[in-house]
Amino acid sequence: MTLDIVQMVLVTVLAAATPLILAGLGELVAERSGVLNLGVEGMMIFGAAVSFALAMQTGSTLLGALGGAGAGLGLAALFGLLTVGLAANQVASGLSLTILGLGLSGLVGANYVGIKRDPAPHLAIPGLTDLPGIGRLLFGQDAFVYTAVALVAAVSWFLWRTRAGLTLRAIGDDPVATHALGLKVRRVRFLSVLFGGACAGLGGAYLALAYTPFWSPGMTAGRGWIALALVVFASWRPLRVAAGALLFGGATVLQLHAQAAGLGLPGQLLSALPYLATILALVLLSLGRRQGGSLAPAALGRVFTPSR
Amino acid sequence: MRLDLVPRTRRSAVLDILAPALAFVAAVLIGGLVVAALGVSPSAAFVTYFVAPLSEVWSLQEIALKAAPLALIATGLAFCYRADLWNIGAEGQFVVGGLAGGWVGVATHGSGDAPWILPAMLAAGALAGAAYALIPAVLKVRLGVSEILTSLMLVYVAQLLLDYMVRGPLRDPAGYNFPQSVGFDPAARLPYLMEGETLHAGVLVALAAVGLATFVLARTLFGFAVRVVGASPRAARFAGFSDARLTLSVFAISGGAAGLAGIVEVAGKIGQLQPEISPGYGFTAIIVAFLGRLSPPGILVAALVIALTTIGGEGAQIDLKLPLDLTRAFQGLLLGLVLGADVFARYHVRIVPGGPSGRTAS
Repeated sequence: MTLDIVQMVLVTVLAAATPLILAGLGELVAERSGVLNLGVEGMMIFGAAVSFALAMQTGSTLLGALGGAGAGLGLAALFGLLTVGLAANQVASGLSLTILGLGLSGLVGANYVGIKRDPAPHLAIPGLTDLPGIGRLLFGQDAFVYTAVALVAAVSWFLWRTRAGLTLRAIGDDPVATHALGLKVRRVRFLSVLFGGACAGLGGAYLALAYTPFWSPGMTAGRGWIALALVVFASWRPLRVAAGALLFGGATVLQLHAQAAGLGLPGQLLSALPYLATILALVLLSLGRRQGGSLAPAALGRVFTPSR
Repeated sequence: MRLDLVPRTRRSAVLDILAPALAFVAAVLIGGLVVAALGVSPSAAFVTYFVAPLSEVWSLQEIALKAAPLALIATGLAFCYRADLWNIGAEGQFVVGGLAGGWVGVATHGSGDAPWILPAMLAAGALAGAAYALIPAVLKVRLGVSEILTSLMLVYVAQLLLDYMVRGPLRDPAGYNFPQSVGFDPAARLPYLMEGETLHAGVLVALAAVGLATFVLARTLFGFAVRVVGASPRAARFAGFSDARLTLSVFAISGGAAGLAGIVEVAGKIGQLQPEISPGYGFTAIIVAFLGRLSPPGILVAALVIALTTIGGEGAQIDLKLPLDLTRAFQGLLLGLVLGADVFARYHVRIVPGGPSGRTAS
């Protein structure tokens, strides 16, 4: 019985963490290649709106999810064109992407406000899913959660076990030297940005198709920004992004329970906790490594224009 | 196909003005296509967005009233962005400024019409905004925490703080439980500039700030230091400009300007505290700052343009049933295009057909 309660809590924590894992992993890859994309929030919410609209139109959750990823990818392509192709300022371009994404999501989602949809189907394996204590956690999730977990492993493997991953990290640390070696700096950066966009869009699709599951304006509520903070918090390592997202998901669930229990604390304080916790985490992290130097990719946020 | 960027040896003043203007034209054209896709005549939309607001006295005043906070915030942000520091939490500093200044207004409610009340409110707003902006600045200087993330996170905290205060301690006891404070006394309101109209003195505050910032950036050592740090941090260190002090200063300036804009909005247009006092001015001001090329006079023009599209957007919502989000998408697109167009002012852009991108023999 208590085991089932533990499982129930873990399931909700994992659900709250999934969009952060997806968006955080994507941003991690982009930042490892040296591009800081602050448009995660915009790509995420645009992905949420497009995925919901598409799923309502076609009746297919899969098409909706793909559409969400595609929407994030499309915005990321714009960002890549600006920052990688035209060497525009990454911070400002990312902000423009967030504003654009918020606006576009409102346009796309306008006709779908207040409509609820069945959540994405959960895996059900007779026998396994009903296992007490662990069945639902391991064998009863939806495809988004499994995708997120698989992506953690895949991104870790790619960045540290493949030649292409090594190239990507090297480009993020020193685009000038890697360019001199004949590596395709701008192509790799552009592809990394696209991957980041698709992941953010998929994270948004998860919110609209599985987590809530409906569309409402501004529904990402800063999750894109929290994903950005997670990447810093995780020192640009995929496993730590997942761990951080789970911690964060745990805090969110705790906050919801505290709100329901009514501890006499003002609701606004509880709602502010995720944001305060993010600041605190960033502060503690930098306190912990006063003498270690920064772990960020060395060329993060700096534009690169190949010289002849 | 390959895109080659060759830095221009000197910037052309014509291109500096032409680039954002062309970006604006491009954004209008793309916006027209979207409007057509939504089933509305683009020419009718153009008139509603860009012409109709200019044709009536009340809407001209509304444009000035919207442009004032935008210009004020963006002018402060220009100091940050010029120094390559990224305060993106102006929205939070705006809210905190409005809250602190409004608190003075609530506390002095019913205490007569002392002439110090309004200045005290404005000072409280500016100081609170500056103090709130100093949080990410101190964290950056002392601990190396990214100011981008902390300043943004503090926006959410500020909004929730205002919400709490207005529903709790600062709620009007005689207000039938509505989440709002008492209405301010006349002594706590910014005076109107013309009898019977909506234009208030906040517009003059914004104009003064733009003038002051122009002078500081162009004619003082501090302004010079800001520009040098942004353009070449190495040179700035050799020149002996303190990185930490400069970071704290520009954050205090931008936060102070945003806080002042907040209390100007509260003491001017709104006249009391409410759970929401900003329709996103702090974020829109980021667009304004870049559209104005981070120069105060340019920002003034950009603020008027963005205010025009916002008022036009409200008109389009009523007359043409076009959603307000269209305005936001347009503004985001505009910022992106301005940033992209800037490249043409800074580089010779050449499209080289064929040939892989990357390494070229020299």
